[in-house]
Amino acid sequence: MAEAEFEPQIVAFTCNWCSYAAADLAGTSRVSYPPNVRLIRVMCSGMVDPIFVLKSFEKGFDGVLIAGCHIGDCHYISGNIKAEERIGKLKSLIHTLGLGDERLRLEWISTAEGGKFAETIKELVGQLKQLGPSPLRKEVRA
Amino acid sequence: MTLEDAVKETKAYYCLECGKCSGLCPVSRYNPAYSPRVMVEDALLGLEDDLVHNRQLFSCLTCYACSPKCPADVDYPLFMQKSRALAAKDGQQGDCAHSGVLQSLMRLMASPNLKQKRLEWLSNGHRTSDQSNVLYFVGCAPYFDPIFEDTGVKSLDVARDSLKILNSLGIAPKVLPNERCCGHDLLWTGDTENFRRLAELNAAAIKEAGVKKIIFSCAECYRTFKKDYPNYVKIDCELQHISEFLSEKIEKGELSFKEIKKKLTYHDPCRLGRHLGIYEPPRRVIESIPGIELVEMKDNRAESLCCGTSAFTNCDSCSKQIRVERLLQAKATGAESIITCCPKCQIHFRCAMVNKGEVKGPDVEIEVVDLVSLVAQALGGKSSE
Repeated sequence: MAEAEFEPQIVAFTCNWCSYAAADLAGTSRVSYPPNVRLIRVMCSGMVDPIFVLKSFEKGFDGVLIAGCHIGDCHYISGNIKAEERIGKLKSLIHTLGLGDERLRLEWISTAEGGKFAETIKELVGQLKQLGPSPLRKEVRA
Repeated sequence: MTLEDAVKETKAYYCLECGKCSGLCPVSRYNPAYSPRVMVEDALLGLEDDLVHNRQLFSCLTCYACSPKCPADVDYPLFMQKSRALAAKDGQQGDCAHSGVLQSLMRLMASPNLKQKRLEWLSNGHRTSDQSNVLYFVGCAPYFDPIFEDTGVKSLDVARDSLKILNSLGIAPKVLPNERCCGHDLLWTGDTENFRRLAELNAAAIKEAGVKKIIFSCAECYRTFKKDYPNYVKIDCELQHISEFLSEKIEKGELSFKEIKKKLTYHDPCRLGRHLGIYEPPRRVIESIPGIELVEMKDNRAESLCCGTSAFTNCDSCSKQIRVERLLQAKATGAESIITCCPKCQIHFRCAMVNKGEVKGPDVEIEVVDLVSLVAQALGGKSSE
């Protein structure tokens, strides 16, 4: 069997008002990006509980992306500010665990930024390929 | 492990249904829906389904206020531990505090491939040595600090101060770069599978380290290593809590302190006090510092009140009330600070002060300090250097 290249699996929590729509725009504009991401639509980046992120790592995902509205544009005024604070603390936990805090990413992507969404996914997949699989990945690949 | 085994192992079948446990229980006092007696009764009637689906199953603090007074000598906290393991098999988890982040971190740590970076708090001022036959078990402090930042807790300072004390006694201990959580919280919330993994990983790392003695600054880690690990793994080392260790050194006259003029009270962590019977060593250490006046709270030693939450599970308004009661007892002594030996007692007390308890403000605000931080201060120099 030929050795397949390691394909990272990413879970992305995207906010209903900006980033999910941006992902939509990327699709309707025919912008291509790697298929390694599973999107989960949430109403606001501020509702992404730290346990969602840790559970994703527990399940063996290689990376987690949280995408929300730009600061100042949050549909719920300050949800993304709360997300920023939370993800900052989570990054330091992920770092201490030795997973590498590059595996967790927070990005502000507005409704109009389909291109940026695609770029973010490309970049993250590239980074994770360099980093290799998560040490918690259930199926060990050659 | 069946319910019958749990009943046998904890002598629950001797229960006389006298209700002493419920009368003594700190949770029952504030939460009338919870009764240890009824829990045991359910088990004895064979109502396993009722027991494992009872929302109150995770309310018990496993603080051992009940068992020492039980006329039938039922080990109720152990019965809870076993029942929760049954409940966990059924998918019950209780309501984990902080949405289960801490339990999740522990489960993540149970993964053998993990290479943690948990020693970044060490600075040039700390001397550790790979050749030492003494190990200092740090505990989960590196994870607590970011999570509980808003309470102002600095668990890592306890680790830094412990090293400072050991260094000043001429001991440069070993610390494990990939130490895992001891698993205390997973064991007491019924996740025995991951607890076993953590125990095995720690045991392997300790064996490889080739140490003769392990010193703990955390009451929970100490209890887990001393009482629970022997049922799962073999650890061939002398185990000692830092309060016992310091108490010995003071008796030998190897430690001398500067004067600290302060009135203090000591809170017995249930893991160190009722679980292991260590009441006097911490008090001896505190009293050996010149200038310190140690005053006791209304409930102390074996009668000590719990800090209100255990294993980061079921932290609710009742837990807050228990904490407030304890803080009011501390305030009533006129002490300036509470000294404790458990990082979690400290976290929970501080949380009650910043958080939305019933009693707020100066009524319950009191400084909470770990014993090792006090000792480090008495040795001179600032904390956490």
